Amino acid sequence: MTSVAHKTAETHDAHHAPMSFWRKYIFSTDHKIIGIQFLFVSLFFLLVGGLLAMQIRWQLGFPGKPMPGGGILPESMAAGGVILPEYYVQLVSMHGTFMVFFAIMPLLVGVYANFLIPLKLGAHDMAFPRINMASFWLALLAGLIMTTSFFVPNGPIRSGWTNYAPLAARPDLSGVTVGQMLWCVSIVVLGLSSVMGSLNYITTVINHRAPGMTWFRMPLSVWALFITAILGVLALPVLQGAAIMLLFDNVLGTHFFDPVAGGQALLWQHLFWFFGHPEVYILILPAMGMVSDIIANGSRKPIFGYHSMVFAIIGIAFLGWIVWGHHMFMSGMNPTLGSTFMVSTLLIAVPSAVKVFNWLGTMWRGNLHLHVPMLNAIGFVSMFTIGGLSGIFMAATPVDIPIHDTQFIVAHIHYVLFGGSLFALFAAIPYWYPKMFGRMMHEGIGKLHFWLTFIFYNLTFFPMHIIGMGGQMRRIYDPTVYDFLKPQQPLNVFISYAAFALFTVQALFVFNFLWSLKFGKKAPQNPWNDNGMEWSLPNPAPHGNWERTPNVYRGPYEFSSPEAGDKDFLPQFVKLPTDRDPVPAPVPAAGH
Amino acid sequence: MTHGTQVLDQMRPPFPAEPGAGVYSSKLGMWVFLASDVMFFTALIGSYIVLRFGAPGEWAKPSAVLNVPLTAFNTFLLICSSVSMVKAYAAIQDGKKYFLRPVPGKLLRDGGLKFWLLVTMICGAGFVGVQLIEYFKLVHHGFTPAGFREGSVLAEHAATDPIRYGAAVAGLYGSTFFTMTGFHGFHVTCGVISMTYLYFTKVLPEKYSPQDYRGIEVIGLYWHFVDLVWIILFTIVYLI
Repeated sequence: MTSVAHKTAETHDAHHAPMSFWRKYIFSTDHKIIGIQFLFVSLFFLLVGGLLAMQIRWQLGFPGKPMPGGGILPESMAAGGVILPEYYVQLVSMHGTFMVFFAIMPLLVGVYANFLIPLKLGAHDMAFPRINMASFWLALLAGLIMTTSFFVPNGPIRSGWTNYAPLAARPDLSGVTVGQMLWCVSIVVLGLSSVMGSLNYITTVINHRAPGMTWFRMPLSVWALFITAILGVLALPVLQGAAIMLLFDNVLGTHFFDPVAGGQALLWQHLFWFFGHPEVYILILPAMGMVSDIIANGSRKPIFGYHSMVFAIIGIAFLGWIVWGHHMFMSGMNPTLGSTFMVSTLLIAVPSAVKVFNWLGTMWRGNLHLHVPMLNAIGFVSMFTIGGLSGIFMAATPVDIPIHDTQFIVAHIHYVLFGGSLFALFAAIPYWYPKMFGRMMHEGIGKLHFWLTFIFYNLTFFPMHIIGMGGQMRRIYDPTVYDFLKPQQPLNVFISYAAFALFTVQALFVFNFLWSLKFGKKAPQNPWNDNGMEWSLPNPAPHGNWERTPNVYRGPYEFSSPEAGDKDFLPQFVKLPTDRDPVPAPVPAAGH
Repeated sequence: MTHGTQVLDQMRPPFPAEPGAGVYSSKLGMWVFLASDVMFFTALIGSYIVLRFGAPGEWAKPSAVLNVPLTAFNTFLLICSSVSMVKAYAAIQDGKKYFLRPVPGKLLRDGGLKFWLLVTMICGAGFVGVQLIEYFKLVHHGFTPAGFREGSVLAEHAATDPIRYGAAVAGLYGSTFFTMTGFHGFHVTCGVISMTYLYFTKVLPEKYSPQDYRGIEVIGLYWHFVDLVWIILFTIVYLI
């Protein structure tokens, strides 16, 4: 076999050539700019999803009353400002769709996998910068298609974000034609974007680590994002296939999910949750990884049990593939199969608990620095623990039978998705903000935002456990028409007020984020005294990152090391007199 | 290095920056993509298996509705294209950038990269063409994704022999058949388009050499995968 006369990595001295505004900020192939593009777009969709949630809360708290500002909605959605049942179901469906697919997933994976992986590995860019750019534009296209479905006849989907068949598969049942097609098309496009992004992350992590960045010197954020990318590359195509079949059921008259013609409605649930459960870990693993980095930094201690953290991530990801049936205990699936899924689901508690105890072990007797990212990271650990414990309730089939499909489930998912993922993002955004924009976010506003969010968040979602146990089904239009739910209506009103307050205090975050872009304090090169490779770069980091490929000398969590001298941190890029330079491994030839 | 090439270079992934897997990045990326494509076809084929074995009636005999000999020829065509892809790969490894070259003492000329890749493209395009003809004929006879069309030839046959034509679950048959074969055809089409692009931008300008033939190797991986998927589909849709 012949060998390749390869170009070495010298190509990146060229990265400082001047570029036009369009090439630099809009059609950029720079992983950092793409991450920032994802950040703005997905924060916008987060806001859209939040507005939808506020309308849901208005209806549940004050059913039948005209919504303030509801007059701007067309009569077909809110007659005289009163939310109609069809529109209410659409609100619920689109809130879930936007939050899962266009807010949390791109915020975690689109933003931070793009931004962090090359920076933390000492790479100059992603393996495939142009595929990376295409991935962003496809995600934006998917989001716009999804948004369009609000403006078509009969509006967006009415079958929940899970689109259960046969309701979603039969336009004559759901009353939605164009909206359902747009949902399917948007999900197929989003899946393509996600696969393109994920294969980029996987290739970059495997092939583009700087010399000395061995597997077990990678920060846990990169480990988590790497495993998440593997989940994404294998799970999203299944959803794409299912969405295509659903699309054909709606457009071509096929009968995949239509029981009347011999199709199987349960098949949709199996396909959806075979994707859906790995998706759950796509939405939490990156949060866990970033929180691990921030907690080690805020505790000024090495992360407790680094290797067990890595294997816990891998274990959660593996178990995530064999538990999808726990979403379907009450679907009519074989009960024997249900007990199998119950056992595999309960097993996930083990690696999850390993992670929680390791975070606690990291903080134990640490020199705690309660900066805004650290506060939010601690918020993540505590809220994720509550969400994880309520997850064990519904993993057990006998307990799941009474609480399935109630507000208890809604409380659980919001404890892991809002209390978990979103708090991790409130930690990650100010933490890497200086590296993105060269300025610090305001510390005081950040702390105020954390405490108010933490309080109102718990006031919103904790009572949902109670009304769920009381029997309030999720997605019902008007809880006051059921006699047995009437006594808990005051709690519904309370939740609604708390939710409005929760939404309102997010204005602090939006203000802080936008204000700091222009007026924030100029950030020093390493504002958090952290060890990661990204802190060896100026703020904001230039295109191409490093002038010369950096060397990595140690693991990422060397805090309070006796070797560090008078400082309490020892970055991965600092060469001590005792350190030897890593030997670059030989370059592979084509055909190998 | 001039300034112009420097600007071009920033579009290019730094190759190979770090060994890692021991293969260059575009090949690794293609393997990861194929893993994801496996999951896509798993969703389609898995649904087919579930629907067929859970069907509330007899499934149609493949030969009753489909033109199996025509598709057998098509399968042969696609396998030939895999062979010619290997020949193209071997040709550039040996540095044969040319189209055809006479060999002294032999009747047949020796094919180079330009020849064998063209053969692959023609076979692939031929496969898609035959599949389109098959689709048109099937729809003409009344076989659609929704089942047998009312009043068509096939609907009449199905009425006289419901077991052989799987009349009870014709809708499922149409749904799975057109979705699986259609998406395979879409993959073949994408492959032919990519090869055509490579042919005009890289192969004809002789950009590949025995030292660097990454594009051919990567598209070859994709092509063999698509061929393999077809062999599975042909077996479970046309033969069983």
